[in-house]
Amino acid sequence: MAWSGEVEPRLLLSDFLRSEVGLTGTHVGCEHGVCGACTVQLDGEPVRACLMFAVQIDGHEVTTVEGLAETPPGEAISVEGLHPIQQALHEAHGLQCGFCTPGILMTAEAFLRENPAPSREEIREAVSGHLCRCTGYHNIVEGVALAAERLAGDGAGADEGDEP
Amino acid sequence: MKPPPFDYVAAADLDEALEALADASVETRPLAGGQSLVPMLNFRLAAPERLVDLNGIDELSRIEETEDGGLHLGAMVRHRQLERDPLIVRRTPLLAEAAPFIAHPQIRSRGTVGGSVAHADPAAELPAVFLTLGARVRIARRSRDGESGSRAERTLALDDFFLGPFFSALEPDELLIAIEVPPSTPGEGTAFDEVARRRGDYALAGVAARMRLNSGGVCEEAAISLVNGGSTPCLMREAARTLVGAEPAPEAIGAAAAACAETSEPAADMHASEAYRRHLIRTLTARVVSRAAARART
Repeated sequence: MAWSGEVEPRLLLSDFLRSEVGLTGTHVGCEHGVCGACTVQLDGEPVRACLMFAVQIDGHEVTTVEGLAETPPGEAISVEGLHPIQQALHEAHGLQCGFCTPGILMTAEAFLRENPAPSREEIREAVSGHLCRCTGYHNIVEGVALAAERLAGDGAGADEGDEP
Repeated sequence: MKPPPFDYVAAADLDEALEALADASVETRPLAGGQSLVPMLNFRLAAPERLVDLNGIDELSRIEETEDGGLHLGAMVRHRQLERDPLIVRRTPLLAEAAPFIAHPQIRSRGTVGGSVAHADPAAELPAVFLTLGARVRIARRSRDGESGSRAERTLALDDFFLGPFFSALEPDELLIAIEVPPSTPGEGTAFDEVARRRGDYALAGVAARMRLNSGGVCEEAAISLVNGGSTPCLMREAARTLVGAEPAPEAIGAAAAACAETSEPAADMHASEAYRRHLIRTLTARVVSRAAARART
């Protein structure tokens, strides 16, 4: 969707998404770029929304976790509409409280687009910028690996991650 | 954890940015990638009256070969580009080797080479790497009263740029606009490594090395610089000099590593003692110089 309006320069992108646009899937944790909870994609690249100002996205495209699942605007996310990475994290028990999950999903989506067949070590490196206090990370790594397998095997899915 | 209020200028070109910085009546800071500045604003460790955003200035994002075969990196080149850009990877592999040690991918998407150097953080990777490469910085400002032309530029060896922790030779009206890396010569090898508590954390210590060997395998030139080895990003001249004029045999490298640890000035803090940092500097120097020498031979 397109948003137009005026904001105060000091408004962080993370706060803008949550309070001005109403997209509360982007979580706010440490607010200094360490925890990774607020990770969104700016023109397809993962970035920390707490280390940018909303005024800086003028003319750019921001993708939040709400953009992953195929859900019509305003409707609750259905299990059927989950993105393969969301589905894989769910099945691998890659989340418990879910606070860190949206950020991890946005990082993982960009990562698998660039590296569709990663090693476990590469996955660990990719998600190293996210703090999770529930899972111990093991199942997050397994979840991303499962997603990579499924995206690679699912040619008909026409997911961007399958591009040769 | 919210930034203090500030005025915001989205500079459309370099002249507009320099114009804003030249206005001494308003305390103005340039906003590059923001990956160090915005946390400082969020913590309210910094409260400039105005930010001039450089992200819309296309000419600061150029990556190109210079006339002498070196590399010109515009100040707004992102850390991620150091890992990915074919010209950088081919011409200056040390940059591509060191870049993955900088924080995390999400930070590298935004963080810039000019911002990292201008921030002059002794714990940052790029200042040490660029020092090892013998880089120069290009600095621009709007012409002051009585000067001709609209813009004044100067070029400074990076070694003369770092004056103290988070303190550089930049004047308040000046902007670092580019970093220039001299061409690499035949027989040259480079390497980088660091030790951090966790992946992406600031390094307890890190070392960058460059070595040039002649056809007989004798070291003709060597440079070593340290991450977190003192109060500024620093070249370890004395240690590097011990390598010149001989083959880089294990004993020579061991002696250089010991000299490096001895002449470094690492600080003690909650993360590591001074003695442990010296130990890391010695171990890492030996490792990195050996690797640079092996690459110089091939």
